[in-house]
Amino acid sequence: MGATISLDYISHRYQAAGPNTLVGINNCIKPGELCALIGRSGCGKSTLLHMMAGLLIPSEGCVRINNKQVQKPSAKWNMMFQKASLYPWMSVKENAALGLLFAGVSPTQASEKIDGLLDMVGLHDKKDARVQSLSGGQQQRVALARSLATEPEVLLLDEPFSALDAFTRSALQEEVPAICRKLNITMVTVTHDIDEAITMADRVLIMSQNPGRIVDELSVDLPWPRRHMDHKFQHLRDELMQMFVQTETPDSQPTDTSISKTVAA
Amino acid sequence: MTSASASLGKNHTDMSSLVGGVLWLANQLKYPVLGCLCLLALWWFGGYLIKNDPDLSAFAAFAPGPTFSALYALVLSGELVQAITSSLYRILVGLLWGVAIGVPVGVLIGYVGIAMKIANVPFQVLRMISPLAWMPIAVLAFASWDAAIIFLIVMASVWPIMFSTAHGVRKIDPNWFKVARNLGASGPQMLSRIILPAIMMDVVAGIRLAVGVAWVVLVPAEYLGVTSGLGYAINDARDTLSYDTLAAIVLVIGVIGYCLDWLCGLLVKRFNWHLED
Ligand SMILES: Nc1ncnc2c1ncn2[C@@H]1O[C@H](COP(=O)(O)OP(=O)(O)OP(=O)(O)O)[C@@H](O)[C@H]1O
Ligand SMILES: [Mg+2]
Repeated sequence: MGATISLDYISHRYQAAGPNTLVGINNCIKPGELCALIGRSGCGKSTLLHMMAGLLIPSEGCVRINNKQVQKPSAKWNMMFQKASLYPWMSVKENAALGLLFAGVSPTQASEKIDGLLDMVGLHDKKDARVQSLSGGQQQRVALARSLATEPEVLLLDEPFSALDAFTRSALQEEVPAICRKLNITMVTVTHDIDEAITMADRVLIMSQNPGRIVDELSVDLPWPRRHMDHKFQHLRDELMQMFVQTETPDSQPTDTSISKTVAA
Repeated sequence: MTSASASLGKNHTDMSSLVGGVLWLANQLKYPVLGCLCLLALWWFGGYLIKNDPDLSAFAAFAPGPTFSALYALVLSGELVQAITSSLYRILVGLLWGVAIGVPVGVLIGYVGIAMKIANVPFQVLRMISPLAWMPIAVLAFASWDAAIIFLIVMASVWPIMFSTAHGVRKIDPNWFKVARNLGASGPQMLSRIILPAIMMDVVAGIRLAVGVAWVVLVPAEYLGVTSGLGYAINDARDTLSYDTLAAIVLVIGVIGYCLDWLCGLLVKRFNWHLED
C-alpha cells in the first residue's frame, strides 16, 4: 500500500556555520501519488530525497511517512540511485533478494518472489547471470527488482535513468510509473529532465536554488502511458519550462506552494 | 555439449563426453608435462656429468635414479610424512596468526585514512626486513624452538596479508554501504554480507603471497634447534652425507610448495568476483 509522505518545515544545513541548503520545505505527498522533483544541479534535490529515505536527518523539521517520523533507513521506503550499485559477488537473483535476506525471509519464499519480480522487470532469462555481464539498463532493472522485493510503500528515485541510453531510458520511464501504479506505491523521482518529469509524474515540484525551496508545482493530468508527441504534453512542457525560468530570476519571491496550476487533459 | 550430440543416445553422449574430457585434459596438460620432462632431462644430464667426473663422483647420488629410490624409502619408513606434517603444522599455525593479525589491522588501515598515513612508513620498513633476521630475537623471546619458528612464519606472512586486505578495503564502493543500509542491513549483516565478501578475494590473494614467502622461510627456520620438519631433514641428510635423501627432500619441498600455491590459486578463483573475459 502506498504511504503519505509529509515534509514538515524542513530546513537543512550541512555545516553548522555553512549556508542553508534547504529552507522551509513544506509539502504533502498522497498515498500512491507519483511525484517528480525538478531543479537545477545543486539545488538540494538529492538532499531532500536522502531525508525521505532516512539516510539523512534534517537539521530542522522532519519527514513523516504515514505519520511516523523517519529517523533511519527502512526497507519500507526504498531508494534507487543513479548507479545500480549491484554486488558483483552475487548473482542477479541474489542481488534482487538482498533486502529479503536482511529482513530474515526464508530463501525459498524469497526465491519465488524474486522470480516473479524479475519476470516483471523483464529479466526472466538473466536470473543466474553475473551482474557484471549485464548492460547498464539491465543492471538498473535488477536494482528496481531489489527495491520492489521488500514491498516498499515508497519508492524514491534519484536520477536513476540518467546514465542509460535514450531507448532504455524511455522504456523505464514508462515501466516504473506503471509498476508503481499497479502496486500502489508512492513514488518520488528526482530529475533534471522536464520531459522525464511529465512522463512519469502526476505532480511536478519545482525547486529553486540557494537556498533550496519548493517554489512551484504543476499537476500533470494526462492519460497513461504518456506520449511526447501529444499536444497536451507539449503544452505542459512549455508551461513547466516557463515556471522553471521564473524561478531563476534573481529576486523572485517564493511562490506559495499551495497554488497549483492544473491543466486538464 | 552441442545440441546435436545431446540428442543422440545416452550411452553415446556419455562416451563422447568422456573422450572429450580426456582430450581436454591432455590438451591442458601437454605444456606443463613437457616442461617437467625437460627439467627431468636436465637433472638426469647433470647427474650423468657428475658421475663421469672423478672429482665430483662422491655426489653421484644427486641424480634422479638414487633420488627417487631414496624418496621411495622415505615414504615407506614414514619419515617423510612425519616431516611434512610438522612443517605444514608450523606453516598453518603461522598463517593463522598472520591472518588473525593481518586482516583486522589491514581493515583498520584501509578504512581509516589517518591510520594508513601513520602506519605506512613503519610497516613498509618492517616488511623489508627478512623474516630470518628476526631469528636471534625469536630464539631469545620464545621458550620453545617451535614457537620461535612459528614467530618467523608470522613475520613473513603478516605483511602481504595486511597490505592486501587494506587494498581490498580501500577499493570498496561507498555506494555499496549506502544501498545495503537502505535495504535495512544491520551492522553484522553489513560485515558478513557486504564487507567480507567484498574484500575476501584480496585477503586470499594476500594469503597466497604469504604462503609463498612463508614456505621459503620455513626451511632455513627449521635448521634451528628443532628435530622435525623438512628443513631439519635436509640438515640431517647433509650431516649424514646421504645426498640421495637430501635431493629427495628438496624435490618434495618444491612439489609441496607448488601444491600449496595451487590450492591458494583455487581459493583466489573461488572468491574472485571480477569478470573474467
Ligand atoms: N555531504 C555534503 N556535505 C556538504 N555539502 C553538501 C553535501 N552534499 C551536498 N552538499 C551541498 O548541498 C547542495 C545540494 O546538494 P544536492 O546533492 O542535494 O543537489 P542536487 O540537487 O541533487 O544536485 P544534482 O542535480 O547535481 O544531483 C550542494 O550545494 C552541495 O554542494
Ligand atoms: Mg543529486
